[in-house]
Amino acid sequence: MDKNILLQLKKIAGEEGVLSTPEDLAVYSYDGTFAEHRPDAVVLPRTTEQVSQIVALAARERIPVVTRGMGSGLAAASVPFSGGIALTMTRMNRILEIDTVNATAHVEAGVVTADLQTAVEKLGLFYPPDPSSNRQSTIGGNIACNAGGPRCLKYGVTGDYVLGLTVVLADGRVLHTGSKCIKDVVGYDLAALFTGSEGTLGVITEALLRLIGRPRYARTALVEFVSLDNACRMVNAILLAGILPTALELMDETAISCIEEAMHLGLPLDVEAILLIETDGSDEAAVLREIESAAAICRAGGARQVIVARDESERTKLWQARRSVSPALARKTPDKLGEDITVPRSAIPETVRLLKAISAKYELPIVIYGHAGDGNLHPTILFDKRDTGQWAKVEPMAAEVFALALELGGTLSGEHGVGILKRPYMKQALGPLSIEIQRRIKQALDPLDILNPGKVFPEKVSP
Amino acid sequence: MRLDNLNCIRCGLCLAVCPTYREVLSETASPRGRAFLARKGLEGELALSPNLIEQMYACFDCLACNDICPVGIHPADLAVDVRRVQEQIQPAAWKEALFGGLIPKPRRMEFATLPLRLYEQLGIRRLTYSLGLPRLVPKQVRDLDAMLPHLPQRPLRQVLPKVIEADDESRYRVGFFLGCAQSLIFADESAATVRVLSRNGCTVIAPPETVCCGMPALGYGRSDLVREQAQHNIALFEQAQVEVIVTDCATCGSTLKEYGHLLADDNKWAARAAVFSAKVQDVSEFLMSIPLEKPQGRVESRVTYHDPCHLRRGQGVWQQPRALLQMIDGLEFVELPEADWCCGSAGSQLITHYETSLKVLKRKTDNIASTQADYVASGCPGCQMQLSLSVRRRVLEVQVVHPIALLDRAYNKESIVAIDYGRIAKHIAKSPKSETRPDVISAVANDLCRLEEGD
Repeated sequence: MDKNILLQLKKIAGEEGVLSTPEDLAVYSYDGTFAEHRPDAVVLPRTTEQVSQIVALAARERIPVVTRGMGSGLAAASVPFSGGIALTMTRMNRILEIDTVNATAHVEAGVVTADLQTAVEKLGLFYPPDPSSNRQSTIGGNIACNAGGPRCLKYGVTGDYVLGLTVVLADGRVLHTGSKCIKDVVGYDLAALFTGSEGTLGVITEALLRLIGRPRYARTALVEFVSLDNACRMVNAILLAGILPTALELMDETAISCIEEAMHLGLPLDVEAILLIETDGSDEAAVLREIESAAAICRAGGARQVIVARDESERTKLWQARRSVSPALARKTPDKLGEDITVPRSAIPETVRLLKAISAKYELPIVIYGHAGDGNLHPTILFDKRDTGQWAKVEPMAAEVFALALELGGTLSGEHGVGILKRPYMKQALGPLSIEIQRRIKQALDPLDILNPGKVFPEKVSP
Repeated sequence: MRLDNLNCIRCGLCLAVCPTYREVLSETASPRGRAFLARKGLEGELALSPNLIEQMYACFDCLACNDICPVGIHPADLAVDVRRVQEQIQPAAWKEALFGGLIPKPRRMEFATLPLRLYEQLGIRRLTYSLGLPRLVPKQVRDLDAMLPHLPQRPLRQVLPKVIEADDESRYRVGFFLGCAQSLIFADESAATVRVLSRNGCTVIAPPETVCCGMPALGYGRSDLVREQAQHNIALFEQAQVEVIVTDCATCGSTLKEYGHLLADDNKWAARAAVFSAKVQDVSEFLMSIPLEKPQGRVESRVTYHDPCHLRRGQGVWQQPRALLQMIDGLEFVELPEADWCCGSAGSQLITHYETSLKVLKRKTDNIASTQADYVASGCPGCQMQLSLSVRRRVLEVQVVHPIALLDRAYNKESIVAIDYGRIAKHIAKSPKSETRPDVISAVANDLCRLEEGD
């Protein structure tokens, strides 16, 4: 990067706030995917005012600004393919206020999600969104990708907890939107617009978040099914019985055998599926009643065995199976591509059947697990990139996975976002009109196209 | 080098537990960042530039990333691997001198640290403090002084008999590996370890010829220099014919347990090294594996425990020291929040990475303060020095102590008011105890004579 610009950046963010050695640039070239591209400079601001000046400078000089937190994203949304500034929010990590009366938290974008959760839970409050990366991702990144997690079935996604945002716009001006009011219908919901915008519309520097009271009790059950179809049917049966579990997680037989192979937890290898069900709340008897009702429904619906955890250590043990999926897969093959398609709940059995057909057709394993309760599945293709035959199959397989999700009335991504990885399928998913409207919004807010350029939108076909 | 250590999937989970990342908050200071740089460096995509190497030395090697990695790779080991590769390409002469010429030679080490003992014993240290002189020296030097406990008159190696009989009937023949820092700085605590062992039916063999375990050289990429040290120590304890080899230094223990790996490629030594390593146990690990005598004395204090990285993650020993402390009547054990978070010592990081080391330490100090404990126990000289610094900087009413020293106190039925670092128990000290200067000076003269006798 131009020396003069580096100098100006240092004037704004301080000497230690600007990194530009080859090593610094190298480690800011990736996120949680296999994509890589180096930025020209890394800037770590400490205040909204600094961000504002940095973006204003970038606008003057037409330098791309790619905002990132801890870089655990799964769509390459924060990989700076355009070069420019990797605007890293990790040092803006102060919790500015926890209002215990109104149950809100005012935080800077770089606060680690788990740190916020720990802080509010000490005060008897609860911030429910729980992406499995909550220890290695920031609130800002969660909002920019509208992150989900297992608990979202009951509590909703990140966006459901955003009351207001402070956003630095593409010209450096600072927008404050939203308030502590739960109800607010004055004007367009701009906070919602920036939520899930993946850094393409503005730089989120602060957030006002809604909190709820901390549920004091939780009960968990692990249910074994000889038939995957039955497992999927039970998901709907439980929800229709008026039980809203915190989480309803599904693991198919491939997932189970992978976990068992890597972790030896003693899971059954002769079942087609496992459901993990959790209920929570502040009335112990009600929480227990709910998990027992769910268990009874499963037993009546063909479950081979239901194990209800009796205490916290048993509960942790049951969750260990679910938490082990991702690492177990990582140990199985050198590479994997995990998607997060979401389908209407009724279509889950059909989705699983078709995914298995794709796997059989290409002769590469697809492991199926995910948040069955809200139709959000993680079909994961296992492969070895060094094997050119396998590597060549991955993209067409992914394309078929996306096509099947859309065909069944679903969507490309439930919680990871678009980034660059799902761009090619955007048109198919949204249609030309929706994309046209979104392009106009982008143009209105970022006419110079300096904020995370090249992300989210399908590549324009040259006329 | 384990090549699968290069297969990072970049999930970033290690960032959550890395003490340097959590302070610096930049990817460059994270395990994932270091693993990426190591891979690019080793594969030739990035030059092994001084800055790249520096990032490998910025790792505190606390092993937290190794432990949490879902894929099972060891980013911390990778950082040390790159240091070693760099030393093979371009060896630094000072490392040869320090790790080859000084540290493995106990007598030279004792001579080199003589000024420190004089500083203490001649009363200069007390005088400096009473005159307020520490304020005049740079902060960094002041901090180094604050790390040191009351220093022993003589290195323990010089006064510890080679064989210490069991108090009563001898049930175990135990080798004691006396670490350098224990001998030179925490002599009292190791003396306590030997007392506790002998009280519990151990005939303790403590060969004075043991040399440095090799950790400093390993950390600086000179594993080649350690091979000879390892062989020397292995042969020494073979001669001693012991069932177990006990050490009260977490770092020594973790290194000694690695001799098997270190010499695995050496036909002559591989099997002997493996046997040696299998015998090594931390003192708390060993004591909790035998029928340990319940101490009759009480320690009326609130005590917390800090897990040394090299003990908890390096050796998987964390329950034993806690269990051991809880055997003591009157002692109120309180768990330290984030007990296994690195204290920032990491050997020499306070000297080489002063700012980061202090930031890491601050997190630890806040946690210690929150326990309102009278003692923080930890079985690692590096941790103990760093924690002492923490206590002195913040003027906390906490004393840093080895867990075994508390057990020893309970055995001696003494009420604990303060640990008197200047004492060595009578049945171990061969020379008559005296605090007078002439005695110190004669000890110094002795040091000099021994040095002249040659190594």
